Amino acid sequence: MAEAEESPGDPGTASSRPLFAGLSDISISQDIPVEGEITIPMKSRIREFDSSTLNESVRNTIMRDLKAVGKKFMHVLYPRKSNTLLRDWDLWGPLILCVTLALMLQRDSVDSEKDGGPQFAEVFVIVWFGAVTITLNSKLLGGNISFFQSLCVLGYCILPLTVALLICRLVLLADPGPVNFMVRLFVVIVMFAWSIVASTAFLADSQPPNRRALAVYPVFLFYFVISWMILTFTPQ
Amino acid sequence: MASADDQAFHEFEEATNLLAETPDAATTSRSDQLTPQGHVAVAVGSGGSYGAEDEVEEESDKAALLQEKQQQQPGFWTFSYYQSFFDVDTSQVLNRIKGSLLPRPGHNFVRHHLRNRPDLYGPFWICATLAFVLAVTGNLTLVLAQRRDPSIHYSPQFHKVTVAGISIYCYAWLVPLALWGFLRWRKGVRERMGPYTFLETVCVYGYSLFVFIPMVVLWLIPVPWLQWLFGALALGLSATGLVFTLWPVVREDTRLVAMVLLSAVVLLHALLAVGCKLYFFQSLPPENVAPPPQITSLPSNIPLPPTLPKSMAPS
Repeated sequence: MAEAEESPGDPGTASSRPLFAGLSDISISQDIPVEGEITIPMKSRIREFDSSTLNESVRNTIMRDLKAVGKKFMHVLYPRKSNTLLRDWDLWGPLILCVTLALMLQRDSVDSEKDGGPQFAEVFVIVWFGAVTITLNSKLLGGNISFFQSLCVLGYCILPLTVALLICRLVLLADPGPVNFMVRLFVVIVMFAWSIVASTAFLADSQPPNRRALAVYPVFLFYFVISWMILTFTPQ
Repeated sequence: MASADDQAFHEFEEATNLLAETPDAATTSRSDQLTPQGHVAVAVGSGGSYGAEDEVEEESDKAALLQEKQQQQPGFWTFSYYQSFFDVDTSQVLNRIKGSLLPRPGHNFVRHHLRNRPDLYGPFWICATLAFVLAVTGNLTLVLAQRRDPSIHYSPQFHKVTVAGISIYCYAWLVPLALWGFLRWRKGVRERMGPYTFLETVCVYGYSLFVFIPMVVLWLIPVPWLQWLFGALALGLSATGLVFTLWPVVREDTRLVAMVLLSAVVLLHALLAVGCKLYFFQSLPPENVAPPPQITSLPSNIPLPPTLPKSMAPS
């Protein structure tokens, strides 16, 4: 945080300057924001929270993060071309959604191990490794989105499918039958399309136009697998 | 217009052959290489008048290609090394998929479609799609079977996803490794055409698996002879593509080795298809038989504990 006032063109000191003296001219907290943004070509902002957040109450900290997560949920539910998810990425939302999904989709351990739905770990692994693979694929194809931004977008866009799972669970309380299945199928298809539209709105711009389909197809496959897990969910 | 097209076609085929002979140091005459391929023989006949200019152009093409190859060699620990394997456009990937779906005798997939730029996007995502489609349709057949016959016990069998994934990826990466190793080992026997690189072999296998995806979806139709028909058709297409790609490399070897290699390749492919059919699309009778033994075994367990104390009492 040192702001030394040296004029670099001073002839008296020019000959006796050590090798890296000019580095102390840089003030870290204002010129290079290091919190929460790992972006490539984005302009830096002067952050208002210059003072440390260590002294505030726990409630403030939690509410601030919850509000950020809630704001991003709103952006996913009403997808517009905005930069909010990309600029202030965080992985709280994806973690909450993934844990909710895995808790609700896991089968009881009372059942035999060969049949039945996925285990908690299987859902977790599919969601996180799927998101990492899609992000790597997007970067290898030459996209200019950062690793965690892409993870953030993919994780947040699972929200419509989590809502579909909750609705399916409620629908399954009624008596089973073809109508029941049709309702669940319709809900899952609508939410699947919503997820794809939301994530494409955020991710498609980061790819060159002749490779956009190559980058979007794995996203389609990812949400298709999650939708299938939700559709075949039967509470034991 | 026709003559311009002929000239372009001729140069295209010449460039393709140059790519084939670049790794090799043998000096054979041009006519020797061109006559075995039926298409190119026709083009040479129609455009033979400008042979002299072509010699000069081909030499400069060859030199440019060699230079290009030597310039792009970043280390394998850098990200850009792996980026070079994903340097494809949507249209190129679609073109390669079409090329694997319609194998033609003269057109070698590696030289014609890959053109020294193998990619890893196609093999990786085709294998992923095939694994998930296998698991999903396998489950769907169980669901449909249960709708027809309510006595079948259905549950979403998630372990099939892991089995499908592991088996498809092992096939698509280990078999090309073995094939590449074998071809390199036999490299000394061949004069004209060098072996394919490992990535090209992986590409060939990956794109040849694409035809299995619609085949698996069509296996949802529960008519057994139709399923075997679709399986045979898809296997035929896929194996034909593989054989046409491998034939120019293997042709110069001894007949025994060539036949054994090609039949091993086709056999492994057939094993994959049949294995998928039998594991993921089990026919109905095993599902019908499975629940009753569980019910009948339970009552037979109950008399056992009362008999045990009786048998233990004398001892």
